[in-house]
Amino acid sequence: MCILLLISALTGCGSTKNVQNSTITLLNVSYDPTRELYQEYNEAFVKHWKEKTGQTVTVQQSHGGSGSQTRTVIDGNEADVVTLALAYDINSINKNKELINKEWQKRLADNSTPYTSTIVFLVRKGNPKNIKDWDDLVKPGIQVITPNPKTSGGARWNYLAAWGYALKKNNNDSEKAKNFVQQLYENVPVLDSGARGATTTFVERGLGDVLIAWENEAFLSINELGKDKFEIVIPSMSILAEPPVSVVDSVVDKKGTRKVAEAYLQYLYSDEGQEIAAKNYYRPRNQNIEKKYAAQFPKINLFTIDEVFGGWSKAQQEHFSDGGVFDQIYIKK
Amino acid sequence: MNLTIKTLKIKQQSVIPGFGITMGISLLYITLLVLIPISMVFIKSSSLGLKNFLDIALSTRVTASLKISFGTSLLAAAINTVFGLLLAWVLQRYSFPFKKIIDGLIDLPFALPTAVAGISLTTLYAPNGWIGRFLEPLGIKVSYTPLGITVALIFISFPFVVRTVQPVLQSIDREVEEAAACLGASRFQTFCKIIIPELFPSIITGFALSFARALGEYGSVVFISGNMPMRTEITPLLIRTKLEQYDYAGGTAVAAIMLIISFVMLLAINLFQWWAVNRHKFILQ
Repeated sequence: MCILLLISALTGCGSTKNVQNSTITLLNVSYDPTRELYQEYNEAFVKHWKEKTGQTVTVQQSHGGSGSQTRTVIDGNEADVVTLALAYDINSINKNKELINKEWQKRLADNSTPYTSTIVFLVRKGNPKNIKDWDDLVKPGIQVITPNPKTSGGARWNYLAAWGYALKKNNNDSEKAKNFVQQLYENVPVLDSGARGATTTFVERGLGDVLIAWENEAFLSINELGKDKFEIVIPSMSILAEPPVSVVDSVVDKKGTRKVAEAYLQYLYSDEGQEIAAKNYYRPRNQNIEKKYAAQFPKINLFTIDEVFGGWSKAQQEHFSDGGVFDQIYIKK
Repeated sequence: MNLTIKTLKIKQQSVIPGFGITMGISLLYITLLVLIPISMVFIKSSSLGLKNFLDIALSTRVTASLKISFGTSLLAAAINTVFGLLLAWVLQRYSFPFKKIIDGLIDLPFALPTAVAGISLTTLYAPNGWIGRFLEPLGIKVSYTPLGITVALIFISFPFVVRTVQPVLQSIDREVEEAAACLGASRFQTFCKIIIPELFPSIITGFALSFARALGEYGSVVFISGNMPMRTEITPLLIRTKLEQYDYAGGTAVAAIMLIISFVMLLAINLFQWWAVNRHKFILQ
């Protein structure tokens, strides 16, 4: 009996080993809110790749705050692909050593962002404080929940969305925009360190009148926590949030996984990939699919970070670095 | 007298052989695990130069956070000292049902991931939480205030005083107390003149350990503090925000300042302890 068990265990080991030799493992280092999206997408891609080439791929996912995930890649976490919250994070991977081709953002369509999102408001059911647009967030007595832009990539989109709105409303007067954003942050009672933390504060602790959130996060909170408790408010204008993706060149070349890693990202643009993104509440780039989900994604007047802020590096330097505009808002008090 | 000391010395040498090897291993171990990582903090931050280092260390946001971190940690350690002593006393001197279980519960804050502690404390003390909803009408806000930070720090550094005082309390001879009573001391006098001096070094050790543990705490505090710059932002969070901007040198500069201050404070506490021990010896002679 014992011997039988031993033999079967040994052969079992042997057979799994053989399978492992012909499988390719990809590591996708991503940020927090894409967990559900990539779970579904990985299954689809594995199936697609098996049908196309006969190879078996396993995709491992790693999720965390976008900034901390970036640091793990800088410090040597061997990610084949990175799918992060901001282009700035992917640029930062090259900070010490060039791990990714500098022209990465031109390698895939639409600035290497296969899906987009935007910043919307989540309010309590019935919208008791009657919040309709950004202007309502700076009114006295309104409590706004948003995470700290210094620790959360998502919060930087929130901040820039508010800034961009104020800028456009005041004919590009940056002093007025600063006042607007300062007033908004004076209405913030708690600065959580991450987006999920802010959602918890708003939803579970019952703190605040409005949560500034990514559209896909707002949908997820509503689905998970009950449609009878919250509703989404779409502001008149918002920012086009573009979470980018890239292959990590130094890793895929070393591991010999470039072909499959590139296919993995390209497949995000396929009909199936776009459909999965839309189902997970990310706005698809493919217009046919977008039309199909038009009821879910109402049209908003969107501006991009490049046109208003001149790109991520500049926005980061001006607003979020030490002594930048965000620090001034708090030190002034 | 002389004879006993001599025999003791011989005994010590024979009981612990291989001093050379063990000392070597200990030094290597301490160097690899403590000295090198800590020296990295200073090496990394030295790339800034003294002026930049001081600019970062003395910026208003950093000093505000240092005040909060050190203030809440000291307060938490002080509260833990009082109640830790009380708990150790009860557990050591009296017997009551479920004593073993309560004794076991004391170590739980060590085993619990601090983030879990932070989240559950925040839930409890938030304005709509189980405890928070009763405190709210009284005008007491716990979550998202320095008070909340103190509560979290009390929780995570709770076991230290109990666990350092307990064994000393156990080892105090009953006979000494009985002798004091025979000589006419009241219970209060016995407590003040016999027990407290004996316990004092261990109380100070427990206080220092609680304080040091609370100072470095990050996980539980970020959830309950609300992280408002200048008001409830703790220094470890500030270090993280610097790392999040890939400002490694700036982050380690703040860490270095924290290390220097806590080193000085722990040194002071140790000196105080040394003084207390020696004074105590002096009295005995």
